[in-house]
Amino acid sequence: MKWDEFFVTGEPMIYGAMASIVLVTIAIIVGLTYFKKWGYLWREWLTTVDHKRIGVMYIISALIMLFRGGVDAMLMRAQTAVPENKLLDAQHYNEIFTTHGLIMILFMAMPFIIGIMNVVVPLQIGARDVAFPRLNAISFWLFFTGAMLLNLSFVIGGSPDAGWSAYFPLASLEFSPTVGNNYYSLALQISGIGTLLTGINFIVTILKMRAPGMKLMRMPMFTWSSLITSVIIAFAFPVLTVALALMMFDRIFGSQFFTMSNGGMDMLWANLFWVWGHPEVYIVILPAFGIYSEIIATFSKKNLYGYTSMVVSMVVISLLSFLVWAHHFYTMGQGAMVNGFFSITTMAISVPTGVKIFNWLFTMRKGKITFTTPMLYSLAFIPIFTIGGVTGVMLAMASADYQYHNTMFLVAHFHYVLIPGTVFAVIAGFHYWFPKVFGFKLNERLGKHAFWWIAISFNVTFFPLFFLGLQGMTRRMYTYSAETGFGPLNLISFAGALGLAFGFIILVYNIYYSIRYSPRETDGDPWDARTLEWATSSPIPAYNFAVTPNVKGRDALWSAKHDNQPIFDGKIEPIHLPSNSGKPVILGGVFFVFGFALVFSWWIPAIISGIAILIVLASMSFDRDHGITVSVEEIMETEKKLRGETL
Amino acid sequence: MKIDATKPLEYGSEENSNKIFGFWIFLGAEIALFSTLFTVYFVLVNRYATGPNGTELFELSGVLWETFLLLSSSFTIGLAVHSMRLGLKKPMMIFFGLTLLMGLGFLGIEITEFFTYVHEGATISTSAFTSSLFVLLGTHGAHVSFGILWGASILLQVKRQGFTLATANKSFIFSLYWHFLDVVWIFIFSFVYLKGLM
Repeated sequence: MKWDEFFVTGEPMIYGAMASIVLVTIAIIVGLTYFKKWGYLWREWLTTVDHKRIGVMYIISALIMLFRGGVDAMLMRAQTAVPENKLLDAQHYNEIFTTHGLIMILFMAMPFIIGIMNVVVPLQIGARDVAFPRLNAISFWLFFTGAMLLNLSFVIGGSPDAGWSAYFPLASLEFSPTVGNNYYSLALQISGIGTLLTGINFIVTILKMRAPGMKLMRMPMFTWSSLITSVIIAFAFPVLTVALALMMFDRIFGSQFFTMSNGGMDMLWANLFWVWGHPEVYIVILPAFGIYSEIIATFSKKNLYGYTSMVVSMVVISLLSFLVWAHHFYTMGQGAMVNGFFSITTMAISVPTGVKIFNWLFTMRKGKITFTTPMLYSLAFIPIFTIGGVTGVMLAMASADYQYHNTMFLVAHFHYVLIPGTVFAVIAGFHYWFPKVFGFKLNERLGKHAFWWIAISFNVTFFPLFFLGLQGMTRRMYTYSAETGFGPLNLISFAGALGLAFGFIILVYNIYYSIRYSPRETDGDPWDARTLEWATSSPIPAYNFAVTPNVKGRDALWSAKHDNQPIFDGKIEPIHLPSNSGKPVILGGVFFVFGFALVFSWWIPAIISGIAILIVLASMSFDRDHGITVSVEEIMETEKKLRGETL
Repeated sequence: MKIDATKPLEYGSEENSNKIFGFWIFLGAEIALFSTLFTVYFVLVNRYATGPNGTELFELSGVLWETFLLLSSSFTIGLAVHSMRLGLKKPMMIFFGLTLLMGLGFLGIEITEFFTYVHEGATISTSAFTSSLFVLLGTHGAHVSFGILWGASILLQVKRQGFTLATANKSFIFSLYWHFLDVVWIFIFSFVYLKGLM
């Protein structure tokens, strides 16, 4: 391989990206050295096994990926804003819509959700940490490795270009000869292993680490949604693991799974991909439902309406999510019976989802609603998501789908479910739990400005796409002629995208502004909330709760505040905490080398780093580390400091 | 750390029983993984194009030896866990070591079989059938290989530290893993080899 094949060349925008990557890297290294922060970074963050810090690292990575995926989105909208635009060529456009999808789903939505789960779930169930803290750190570093590997493809070797669903034969070596889809299979594989481990970790945490009295049906709704999502992860991700492995074998080792000759079957990929891919949609949407349930109950000053039906509907959704995958390819000729079956299961999902929508509405009924930023996002979610849901039922009808399939109508539909569903939820959750983690709120005035920009611009961007789809504009078209008449609506959509970008800029500015100027909270419960995570101080001490909480009902904190049911009626006892470890981040690094070497089929580095992975794992197994014990005096001292008392 | 003396050592602390529970869930995920591989195999089994099919390729003798070794090793790992519960370190290590040796024997025969297949013109790229065969068997074989390395490191820790909360827990979890590989092999033996030979 020659150097000009190794680096992506010939595109001014990519040269710009390379230059900015190098500059940012130098800036980070110089900054860390100048402010003498290397030790701090290593001790407090890179080696941490604390669920809150890992959660924060997930969320920071997700925000960076949101920016990267957002730039991709802006480029796409800019390219299609006017007919015959020359901003991007076809290949570059293909790479951008592929990485936009991958990054937004797998490296933005997933880690944002998992980050919030990490921060919130152990607190909501009154635990000291997750069940396996070091495994949790491994999960994070594997996710991060996968994300970096995929982003690197942009400047080294070329990005995947066969769509985020990477259908065969298009994604085969024959039709995608660059290393782009090798990156796809390896980056997703590595981060997918991390996600699977997270799923297992949270199932055990939620089932086995709950505080005394926290029965399953007393758990906060976000914890319920995290449990169900974790179960879906544990059973859906192995399918992705296999699909990606087969893709890698086809592309790198010449096997014949999805080829056009020697018996290969390209539709096998589509089936395997969506057997994972559709549950994946619910993996990112169920925790979002959980976040909305918490926020709506808190800011309506009422308990959640229909708790049991909320749980049952999530369980039903999780089961149905495994039975709908073929609706992604009604038009690929599997016959009327199969299409009919999947049509019915798909429409059936709208029933439990509808139950949830009504439960939220009834939670608000006669409530004392306060319009905070997180509540605004939750309120906007309900009508916008319903549009997404209704168009989803339109798409679910197999015979009608022949009209909409792979048009912009579909693109509009899934953005109408994923953005108000997941993105609004993680932003709402971010504003809601921010004071818990950092001890101060994000500025409400700026937060509301950002909200109105984002909510309105979202509709301006994506509503026109429904009509473009019905007029026949297919997705993934990199340009079109003026005679098609697609121009004006696309231009409106581009204007909306600019508004969305501006909204997100305000949101980021708000983080900076609030760090500098926001008044610091003195009490752990700034929103007058209901669940256990608000019962400890903010910022949260490493051990979460000085005394193990004793839960006597749903909405434990609310009962403590209003019905005089104390949560902390025990004594302070010494607390055992896991100690930090540098091995997870080293494992991530070794996996990075391994993945990168396999992408380019460099066998010797791949074998060496493969052995190195085993060595790091073995050295973890031989570790005889029993953690640290925090004494009663230390706990009392920390608690006093957190309450602002002088020592 | 609270130690519960009423339970076997491997379940002796909360952390230990969490680890065992977590590993059961991991095995659930592994079942999903192997089910997917079996599905792929069943979908592609008759798509052998111009290459050989199962009837032409498989020979029973090697496979029977593999089955015999792996099933016996599942028995010995059971004996190892039993010895551990009785607190007998040396018998435990012998049975554990025997398990790993039989695993190694299994692997040796499997690798020889792979060479025979390749020699007979069935490589991973011959047909969709051979691809799915090699990947299904290879994934199981990779699990066995990983198990041998993992088991050896546990055996070394038992030798050095004796039975502690940690080593007992690891040994027990390893036995679950090993039994699981045996179960997968029974499916491979029945639905790949026996069915292929019919």
